Amino acid sequence: MAGASPESRPGALTMAGEDTWRLVPHLGRRRRIPMTWGSLRLVVAAVPLAVTVLAAAFAATLAPHDPLAQDLGRRLLPPSWLSGGSGAYLLGTDQIGRDVLSRIIYGARISLPIALAASALGAGVGIPLGAIAGYFRGRVDGVLSNAMDIQLSFPFLLFAISIIAVSGPGVSVLVVVLAIGSWVAYARIVRGMVLGLREKEFVQAARALGVSSGRIIARQIVPNVLPTAFVVGTLDVGRIIILEATLSFLGLGVQPPTPSWGMSLSDAREYIQIAWWTATFPGLAIMLVVLSVNQLGDGLRDILDPRLRFA
Amino acid sequence: MRRYVFYKLLHTLGVALGVLTLVFLALRLSGDPAAMMVPPDASLQDIRAWRHELGLDVPLHEQYLRFLRDGLHGKFGTSFKHGVPAWPLVTERMWATAELALVALGLALAIGMPIGIVASRTRGSSYDALAMAFAVFGQATPYFWLGLMLILVFSVQIPIFPTGGRGDWRHLVLPGITLGTFFAASVARLTRSCMLEVLGTEYVLTARAKGLSERVVTLKHALKNALIPVVTLIGLHLGSLLGGAVVTETIFAWPGVGRLIIFAISYRDYPVVQAAVFLLAMIFVSINLVVDLLYGLLDPRVRAE
Repeated sequence: MAGASPESRPGALTMAGEDTWRLVPHLGRRRRIPMTWGSLRLVVAAVPLAVTVLAAAFAATLAPHDPLAQDLGRRLLPPSWLSGGSGAYLLGTDQIGRDVLSRIIYGARISLPIALAASALGAGVGIPLGAIAGYFRGRVDGVLSNAMDIQLSFPFLLFAISIIAVSGPGVSVLVVVLAIGSWVAYARIVRGMVLGLREKEFVQAARALGVSSGRIIARQIVPNVLPTAFVVGTLDVGRIIILEATLSFLGLGVQPPTPSWGMSLSDAREYIQIAWWTATFPGLAIMLVVLSVNQLGDGLRDILDPRLRFA
Repeated sequence: MRRYVFYKLLHTLGVALGVLTLVFLALRLSGDPAAMMVPPDASLQDIRAWRHELGLDVPLHEQYLRFLRDGLHGKFGTSFKHGVPAWPLVTERMWATAELALVALGLALAIGMPIGIVASRTRGSSYDALAMAFAVFGQATPYFWLGLMLILVFSVQIPIFPTGGRGDWRHLVLPGITLGTFFAASVARLTRSCMLEVLGTEYVLTARAKGLSERVVTLKHALKNALIPVVTLIGLHLGSLLGGAVVTETIFAWPGVGRLIIFAISYRDYPVVQAAVFLLAMIFVSINLVVDLLYGLLDPRVRAE
């Protein structure tokens, strides 16, 4: 093997394949241009998210104040560039004199991990269930598909509200409820993909070799759906972030005094006539992060899996 | 068509039962309502009395049958807070919610569809870019923040519209925009991409070849077919519209079912929560049935399945 010429190496076939690709300029161009445009968009889209992740990670260093520290002598101070504002409080203070900026920075520490944990939990349940439904079809698929239909045909926020009404609010309840809201997104896409994958030769071959169904799903099916599931997940995280903020806004999510974006807006509602800044900046943070995640998801989808465009 | 209607009715009944089961499980399995409602210093007897009052001392399957039976009879018990039967309390408020949801839906269609159509006809132009920016921002803005910002600008800074309550048409403007914007953005985006797809088909080419004006081709030949997915989207999103109504009503003090639910939760007014969720679920399932039937009317292929 050591003296073999480069052409006879196993990789040579794909190399030649790429060369042939380059010989067709039309196809080559069409492949490359969306890639660069997409990549550029990804980079731009990722900026607000990256800033937020960094803010969450280094909250203790970046935040100018303790997010819980009240200073009743400095209630509802306007942002520093307005008259009456203080340089120490860049985005002003809220109704009990807490620094708005510090609360936004610490809020990222709540909103992002909750949304990610809920999505991960949703994926952990949705991907296997979708794979099982698509692989076994028949009655299992019937039950699971109906369950998905029923859940999709019901206003999720209402469902979440009724659970939290009884169980009482809290972070772990919030994560579980949001995960219930996200698993269907994964399960539906994965099920559709697996319906096609199960007929592929490598799956048939594994089956012919006597590999158990569980092993085929874990080793052959799931790795093939993961990239798509990742795109679905990215597109879904934005929705979950908004849901989390909405529940916290309604007083059913993160509980005070823990700083969360939705909570801050709920407090700000009563002071909107006299302190616009407390209502404006936390919401701006939510919008920018969701915008960033959505664009990231759209960009990833166009690059990794354009078939999902209408999904 | 008759078979299609029959099949859809059957399907709706199945979904309704599923939704009710889901609500029942959510309400019963996520905690003991009696434990939430009794005062902290209540004795064990008190708790037992409460559990009996709520019918929580019988086996789960019996509770389920009771829940369905009482639900169908509109019996949800008496509101703890208001001291009147929960069901009429909820149905009375439904009109306010329906009014708000209809305004938002109308607004979403009246704004979203033209934006999508024009964007698809001017693909790549700066108008198209602007329209898509609207769609992307509209989909990333949470209802409650948009509501607060609208109050800030149009009630506080420039006092044209009231900050809340229900009255004449001016009370409807800000909540309607709040609830309708996300939906308008989705409609604009979908209308554009479906129009683009349809405009590339051969029957549109044929219509043009016949010498029909662009106006007729766009509005009559293309739009009709592009509308099918939009109708589906409306059906799928009605759920989030009802959910959004809960938030919007809270912000604008709109006396609807959504605000009632939130208040009922904070007072632990369990019968009202149950009655309201039951009502909204049934309305939602019925609307979906109508959308499905509409879908069958618009697309003969759907009926054949």
